Amino acid sequence: MAQQLTYPNENVISIRGLKKYFGENKVLDGFDLDLGKKENLVVLGRSGSGKSVLIKCIIGLLAPDSGQIEVFGKDILSLDHQALDEMRIRIGFLFQSNALYDSMTVRENLEFPMRRHSIDLNEEDARQRIEEVLDNVGLSHTIDMMPSELSGGMMKRIALARTMILKPDIILYDEPTAGLDPVTGKEIITLIMDIRQKYNTAAIIISHDMKCVKATADKIILLQNGKNYKEGNYASFIGSDDPYVQQFFE
Amino acid sequence: MQLPKSSKQFFSEAGAISRFTAWFFHEAFRPRYEWKEFGRQCYEIGYKSLPLIALTGFIMGLVLTMQLRPSMLEYGVEAKLPDIVSLSVVREIGPVITALIFAGKVGSGIGAELGSMKVTEQIDAMEVSGTNPYKYLVVTRVAATTLMLPVLVVLSDAISLYGGYLGVNIKAVTSWDLYITQVYNTLQFSDVLPAIIKTFLFGFAVGMVGCYKGYHSKKGTEGVGRSANSAVVLSSVIIFIIDLIVVQVTDIFGFN
Ligand SMILES: Nc1ncnc2c1ncn2[C@@H]1O[C@H](COP(=O)(O)OP(=O)(O)OP(=O)(O)O)[C@@H](O)[C@H]1O
Ligand SMILES: [Mg+2]
Repeated sequence: MAQQLTYPNENVISIRGLKKYFGENKVLDGFDLDLGKKENLVVLGRSGSGKSVLIKCIIGLLAPDSGQIEVFGKDILSLDHQALDEMRIRIGFLFQSNALYDSMTVRENLEFPMRRHSIDLNEEDARQRIEEVLDNVGLSHTIDMMPSELSGGMMKRIALARTMILKPDIILYDEPTAGLDPVTGKEIITLIMDIRQKYNTAAIIISHDMKCVKATADKIILLQNGKNYKEGNYASFIGSDDPYVQQFFE
Repeated sequence: MQLPKSSKQFFSEAGAISRFTAWFFHEAFRPRYEWKEFGRQCYEIGYKSLPLIALTGFIMGLVLTMQLRPSMLEYGVEAKLPDIVSLSVVREIGPVITALIFAGKVGSGIGAELGSMKVTEQIDAMEVSGTNPYKYLVVTRVAATTLMLPVLVVLSDAISLYGGYLGVNIKAVTSWDLYITQVYNTLQFSDVLPAIIKTFLFGFAVGMVGCYKGYHSKKGTEGVGRSANSAVVLSSVIIFIIDLIVVQVTDIFGFN
């Protein structure tokens, strides 16, 4: 977005001491994270370690038990509903299960965020945006199809298109390449890199896919037992002699 | 649906449904109003149920008449056949059978639809897209079921009475004019009003239970199937309970 980013430090997201328990299950237990402008941060962790819970806390879908989450310098836990919605316009979210609305066509799926958020967009601009994002993901011909008519990889790409349609400043990707063949996976990785190039977005990417991690990560955080187990760049992870870390890179 | 294993489970479920229902009144009467989605739901829920409701209503009236005839004949009150058919259809059988069929078609549909939206994170996706999913999904559906079921019941009653007319004519001959006059003379305002009022309650219950079950669906295909199934079972039970209560209450107020 053309809008000036105003926040005190350079971090677009900063999290301190985040705790989220589900009953006895201490999913997040004092997690910290900093995401800089235009930075791509990969969060690694075993299945069930709380990666999806983490990004759902960031976007306000789950309320943490304690800790601090600042997005663009604002504490999201103190925001009222309207302020939270305004914040969400600037954050794209790619759901692990795509979350395409299966009662709507591709076009209606892409229109939905534009129509629902209170942003000023006339019909013509909205139509152009839809064409632009569909072109970005190379699926212009699917515009009038239903999600059920698309393949898994196509659905992922449409979900990506919907994620970027509001031109967010931050995108949270939940396992963007999971369950895709290597070729389609590579296309998605390329798309993620293109989006960053084109729109200068910062991103948190959750992934197990080492190709994806290698291609996208500026920084990696390994999440284990609800805490930061290790932090660093790709080289420091690959060169680590910690057997637990090595398991991810075999 | 299984019966609750313990009274604790029963009360916690009842509490959760009550809170979910209370939330409806909190959300329904403040903007933003989702008129477009409400209209779409009325079409989906009301209009698309018409053929089924019409068919079952017709058969209901026809069969009821055929079944009643021998006993009426035995007591020598065959001429009262239209009276007894119209009373039973309008006061009890029409509203309850239609509501049960409605629960089977619409309640399970809502349970399955919202259930699969829940497990595929579509409800979360709506929320991050600046939409209040409770308003958009639940309020519109419950409002639609509440308003559409009474309409369907009135239509079903009318078609049932026509079925009753044909039923009378199988073994005897009556003119339509005579039949309908007899029906009109029998039915009192106090027969019709409570019957209509309870259909609003039935519709509300079907919508609310379907939405509740869908909204609290467990992960996976099995979870979605179970929501759909328990939506039907629970709303059918609630329909009978509401029926029982309404009969008692209208009795107290002298509508009988
Ligand atoms: N709404 C919820 N209610 C109760 N427990 C939950 C809920 N959401 C998540 N959990 C629990 O939190 C833990 C972390 O879940 P999460 O979905 O974040 O895992 P994940 O790291 O994303 O795993 P995966 O890689 O398989 O997607 C799991 O044990 C899960 O059971
Ligand atoms: Mg996950």
